[in-house]
Amino acid sequence: MVDTGLPIRIVLAKLGFDGHDRGLKVVARMLRDAGMEVVYLGLRQTTDSVIKAVEQEDADVVGISMHNAGHLTLGPMIVAALDEAGLDVPVVIGGIVPDVDLPDLEAAGVAAVLGPGAPVDEVVSTVRAVAGLDGPN
Amino acid sequence: MDDSHSTLSGIPLLPVYGEGPLPGEYPYTRGVHADMYRSRLWTMRMFAGFGTATDTNGRFKELLRSGSTGLSTAFDMPTLMGRDSDHPWSLGEVGRAGVAVDTVEDMADLFSDIDLGGVSTSMTINGPAAILLAMYMVVAEQGGVDRSRLAGTLQNDILKEYQAQKEYIFPPRPSVRLVTDVIRFTAAEMPRWNPVSVSGYHIREAGSTAVQELAFTLANGFAYIESAVAAGLNVDAFAPRLSFFFNSHVDFFEEIGKFRAARRIWARWLRDRYGAVDERSLKLRFHTQTAGVSLTAQQPDTNIARVALQALAGVLGGTQSLHTDSHDEALALPSEEAARTALRTQQVIAHETGVTAVADPLGGSAYVEWITDEVERRAEEVFSHLDEIGGGSILEGVYEGIQSGWFMGEIAESAYRFEREVNSGERIMVGVNAFTEGNDSSGTELLRVSQETEDDQCARLATVRSERDSEAVAGSLGRVVADATDPDVNLMPSLIAAVEARTTVGEIVEALEGVFGSYVETAVV
Repeated sequence: MVDTGLPIRIVLAKLGFDGHDRGLKVVARMLRDAGMEVVYLGLRQTTDSVIKAVEQEDADVVGISMHNAGHLTLGPMIVAALDEAGLDVPVVIGGIVPDVDLPDLEAAGVAAVLGPGAPVDEVVSTVRAVAGLDGPN
Repeated sequence: MDDSHSTLSGIPLLPVYGEGPLPGEYPYTRGVHADMYRSRLWTMRMFAGFGTATDTNGRFKELLRSGSTGLSTAFDMPTLMGRDSDHPWSLGEVGRAGVAVDTVEDMADLFSDIDLGGVSTSMTINGPAAILLAMYMVVAEQGGVDRSRLAGTLQNDILKEYQAQKEYIFPPRPSVRLVTDVIRFTAAEMPRWNPVSVSGYHIREAGSTAVQELAFTLANGFAYIESAVAAGLNVDAFAPRLSFFFNSHVDFFEEIGKFRAARRIWARWLRDRYGAVDERSLKLRFHTQTAGVSLTAQQPDTNIARVALQALAGVLGGTQSLHTDSHDEALALPSEEAARTALRTQQVIAHETGVTAVADPLGGSAYVEWITDEVERRAEEVFSHLDEIGGGSILEGVYEGIQSGWFMGEIAESAYRFEREVNSGERIMVGVNAFTEGNDSSGTELLRVSQETEDDQCARLATVRSERDSEAVAGSLGRVVADATDPDVNLMPSLIAAVEARTTVGEIVEALEGVFGSYVETAVV
């Protein structure tokens, strides 16, 4: 994206039944503290509700948190759904994702994956990078 | 076990040291039994569940062969949320983080060739807990084991779902009615069954402090006591069968103080506030699980050390049963090998270290007694707050704390504080923000559950749906709805009948939602 000087807007959500929201809440506060505008949708979201929020909020990035080993199914699904809706918005996945799954997620168009224990600097710089504000670092 | 009770060097040991009140004596700070682990070790209960019922049945048998003394079932997310495997939201979740159970036939496969009269089973399920208990009972009775002989624990602790784990279905009040129905039913018909495992584990994993874990959990316990008493039960008719489930985290002595304080608070409140006279009502018995959230994806073998220390804290704190986490849990569901190492860790503590010879070996330590008192004092402040906002009722205080987002806000605040401390380096996590040389998880063999599992389970469900008597299903659901509408009727009999007709978990839950409604939380960040 073009650097407009406006803060990055990020939609954060958990899809389906997964109720592990500790990490996502912490990430929400990290990003907010870093000056981003966080749209926290929280639990039990669907691809439709995420897309609606991205459209309404004119979001720059989507962050999906996954702790239930469903990332290989749901990660590609959300990327495809955004694509289908004509939204060119990068998707970051956070949570429990084994390293061996990274190539598959990358191939499916997931922009970045943040694992357990990712420090605040990495979280913030990753979101900035996928939003196109920083060069790759 | 060694019966001589002497140290490795041959020094003879008494069962307990120090002044009274001793273990087994009110207020049970030092333990609920006089000689604790000399007469009976804790139950080594390893939580397991993945894939189809048949997959998990294989793991159960392996754990029993390896020396596990109880079973503990992890259900997948759709089951925990009361949805069938073919529900649109179940996509990608079937059998992934636990075992999928849609109908009584899955439950039969899950416990196939396991003697339900000879094993105790814990089932970690909350929203649809009453339905899963009905299934377990039906399977046991079809196998010739009467419900009165069944031993085990149903988690069935819905209040902490709104506060922390978020696996709620219905709004709080009708959910607590379901919990209370199970308490009434088991009090009358299943004397060896624990109808609720009041759980702090998930509150802690969601980010609370030790004090919050203790206080919120005991407050939820008081809430169930108040609800069951309001339903007409005498406190001593069911309180002995309430059990607890705590986390054992990394701060060794704080955890031990927490376990000791838990027993003392429960005993005093049950006696003084709720009028219990049966001493079994006053004795807080608990299961412990090591802290999943403390495990690191970085250098996962290091987690074996964390788990061992946390398990030891649980034992020194006087736990009745213990699950040790597998070292690969920050990466995936436990592999069979990692689960075995975790069980071996308990066996080392039980059989090699000698800590089982003397009850409450830390009792009388100035620090341990002080931290026990301090944790208790801080928990009492929380009870006072809830009592106040509940107008003299802890049950109402808990409802109010859920509705206003108070619990969630408190937990989120603690979680964020912890994260900031790690990020600033103020708090060291080995392999995460210090000692990071050698970080590489690629060598670890992980358990994978494939999409085929989901497809197989959906096919199986379709077969059951096509082969059952659909009129019987519809009739059974009609009765569930009728019984749900009348708060004075116990729902258990109609749930048992529905399960026998092979009605699915999802169908029963949807019928109940028609009466009770669904709960949607207001997100608190």
